[in-house]
Amino acid sequence: MQRLFMQASVLAIGAIVVFPLLSLISLSLSGDSTTDVWSHLASTVLPDYIKTSVLLMLGVASGTLLLGVSTAYIVSQYQFPGKRFWTWALLLPLAMPTYIIAYAYTGLLDIAGPVQELIRSHFGLSFGEYWFPEIRSLAGAVVVFSLVLYPYVYLLVRSALLSQSPNLASTARLFGYTRWQRFSRVTVPLARPAIVAGVSLALMESLADFGAVSYFGVNTFTTGIYRTWNGLNSAAGAAQLSLALLSFIAVLVLLEQYSRRKARYELKNQQPRTDQKRLTGLKLALAIIVLTTPVLFGFAIPVSQLLVWAVQHMDPLGWSSYIGLVLNTVSVAAITAVIATTLALVMLYAQRIHKTRINSALKTIVGLGYAVPGIVIAVGTLIPLALFDNALDTVLRNWFGISSGLLLSGTLVALILAYLVRFLTVSINSLEPGFGHIPQTLDMASRTLGDRPLGVLKRVHFPLLKPSLISALLIVFVETMKELPATLILRPFNFNTLAVRAYELASDERLPEAAMASLTIVLVGLIPVIFLTRLMAKDKTG
Amino acid sequence: MRTLIKITTAALLSASFISPLFAQDEVNIYSARKEDIIRPLLDAFTKKTQIEVNIISGKADALLNRIVNEAQNSPVDVLLTTDAGRLWRAKQAGVLATVESDVLNQLIPANLRDTDQQWFGLSVRARPIMLSQFYISNTASEERPHDYSDLADPKHQNQICIRSSDNIYNQSLMASVIANQGEEAALNWANGLVGNMARKPQGGDRDQIKAAALGQCGIAIANTYYLASMLAENSPAADKAAAQAMTILWPNQSTFGAHVNVSGAGVAKHSPNPKNAVALIEFLASDAAQEIYANVNFEYPVRDGIELNSLLQSWGEFKADTLDLSTLGELNPKAVMIMDKAGWR
Repeated sequence: MQRLFMQASVLAIGAIVVFPLLSLISLSLSGDSTTDVWSHLASTVLPDYIKTSVLLMLGVASGTLLLGVSTAYIVSQYQFPGKRFWTWALLLPLAMPTYIIAYAYTGLLDIAGPVQELIRSHFGLSFGEYWFPEIRSLAGAVVVFSLVLYPYVYLLVRSALLSQSPNLASTARLFGYTRWQRFSRVTVPLARPAIVAGVSLALMESLADFGAVSYFGVNTFTTGIYRTWNGLNSAAGAAQLSLALLSFIAVLVLLEQYSRRKARYELKNQQPRTDQKRLTGLKLALAIIVLTTPVLFGFAIPVSQLLVWAVQHMDPLGWSSYIGLVLNTVSVAAITAVIATTLALVMLYAQRIHKTRINSALKTIVGLGYAVPGIVIAVGTLIPLALFDNALDTVLRNWFGISSGLLLSGTLVALILAYLVRFLTVSINSLEPGFGHIPQTLDMASRTLGDRPLGVLKRVHFPLLKPSLISALLIVFVETMKELPATLILRPFNFNTLAVRAYELASDERLPEAAMASLTIVLVGLIPVIFLTRLMAKDKTG
Repeated sequence: MRTLIKITTAALLSASFISPLFAQDEVNIYSARKEDIIRPLLDAFTKKTQIEVNIISGKADALLNRIVNEAQNSPVDVLLTTDAGRLWRAKQAGVLATVESDVLNQLIPANLRDTDQQWFGLSVRARPIMLSQFYISNTASEERPHDYSDLADPKHQNQICIRSSDNIYNQSLMASVIANQGEEAALNWANGLVGNMARKPQGGDRDQIKAAALGQCGIAIANTYYLASMLAENSPAADKAAAQAMTILWPNQSTFGAHVNVSGAGVAKHSPNPKNAVALIEFLASDAAQEIYANVNFEYPVRDGIELNSLLQSWGEFKADTLDLSTLGELNPKAVMIMDKAGWR
């Protein structure tokens, strides 16, 4: 009975993502012939979209790996002064939306910014007489994305490293492995699911991004999707491009799953860590530099720029209206975070106790939502909901003479559904490594002692998963808060959020006035970060 | 008995709070214009008519998609856009109603509204050429551009700053070139323009003005209201300085005129409050609203006889292209294709 219930729940959760994807497919088949659009794209801009997207992915993968793994490794393997501070400070850039950091760095570094201004006035030069890197470029996009997306890798890899048993490293040492060998042959391979989960979140977000890349004039596949829809006026063409993007991601995901099909990573560490080496001298200095860099460039510097702007140019709305904006933002983000995390838990648990093809397939499909640009998700959600609402209304009118109007479209339900389509991946990716580390033997023991499947989930998994659950909640909360394209289009009347406010001013090219809303997003994003910190501090294994 | 009185009073009191919610006159807007920008206009409307305004602002095509899918149950009364092309698309999609309004037909010039009275232009946005002081003082008058077509002349190599072709203002400028000169000439023009760009297209209109003022290029293409808002009192000092270094050049004054587009509005076909919808659009075309467009947003009014502020006056009168604005919508996909072919990113 419970198994049947679980199976039904998984199907229902899958439907949340499957319906929008199906409506994308139907949209891609609709309308006039799109062969013109395709032949035009293929002969002009498509090769460039693909090349740029691949380069962006390679760059962001390297950047987030470098920043995320190095910081997670230092924080989890060593003892040093200020460790608790760094443990949470490294999460701060997570609260920074990509488009906001793009604006902030452009303000600082472009031709009219204070840095180049200083160079010109100090050396008495004028433009063109000195070399300065162009921030609005592919390289600039790689840097800003890496700076705000590495926390995914850091957060997930850190908990994976903490749950590795020190015995493994000790064993490796007995076999004469050097520290580097232990790192590259034991620690990293064991953390692979977490590393992959983190990097793929970072990559999907970069691929789906529109705000930052379009501001930088970097033509990715997603800017192509927007352009095909808005510019070429071909919704069908845009849907086809979105499906091509999805298929590409699906292939990557499947390849990765296939490459570790036989591996298992059940390694919950039960012992307190005793092997954390104390860092001193030069090594300590080096470690501090590695830890400081991402926090400084991903958080402190852009926030300072925002602060300067906010002080000079207050949002014309004034503080009082901000209460409403904050309340809207926080409530919708909190609801989404709780629902997304619960659904992810159900989905992963169902797969654990009852691994069927359909469950695995649904999980993979759900995992794709994050790579789809927000506006495409919004339209994909809109279509089935409106169809349902209008059909229901027609039936009620014909049979009972009453009208239900639009029951779900145009309400917060529609908006939250769209968030779920995008962010279920995030909660699943955050929970999955944690789940994988819980040995099946615990489930068996609990079942032998008479627990039913949901009892196992409640009494055994839930307590063990607490850190992963909190990370999942945190990431989804922050992501929802930053989300823009779907929020803009699906929200109810007069429902404004901080992201909407920041976008309205920034897209009108009033960056300084947009700073206050941006800063507030960052500040509100700090609340769950602080919450998480407390939990990390309690985590004995840390 | 006492309890009964209490309950009745409470019920009456709460009814007096709730009833305005139901009896209230309202109008629902889907707006591609930023809420912040049109707020002053909407507040003035509510003040005058007591009609409450509900609004969702977002990107035009997505809003249009929402209307199409919501179909007969859509709550929207008025669609506001930032360009005529999107109104043309809304008309094509069959979501706009025909409006019988003598007021609108009288106030708004024929070329700035739909022939079937499905949409109406409400403010004019001009996209002229802007030259930096430095460029002007170092370039003889006959060497400077005078028309859009001059921008493709190789003698302006490395002199032009213009934003990405993702932007709708560039798309409609391109569409107007196609309409006025034909596809082949338009492609040649785009090729020449791309060859003259001082940098890869990036940033917004203000960024082009700043880059020109600082000498990265001599010629910038931008909408005039951006220049105006950079000159406004509360604008950052650096923006003000940059804007002061620029001069507007009205192109094609002896031929078809400077390129203009309009922001505009249409009434939704399934509008639940059609009367209020028409009242709103009529208000937006009235003297009071047109003055706000001109003096707060620095756009050009859609009608003659509205007093302009001193800044807009200082830029002088200009001849605007009288092209039928529906053409811009129709040619938009073609414009994007040409820009793709020319490598204008």
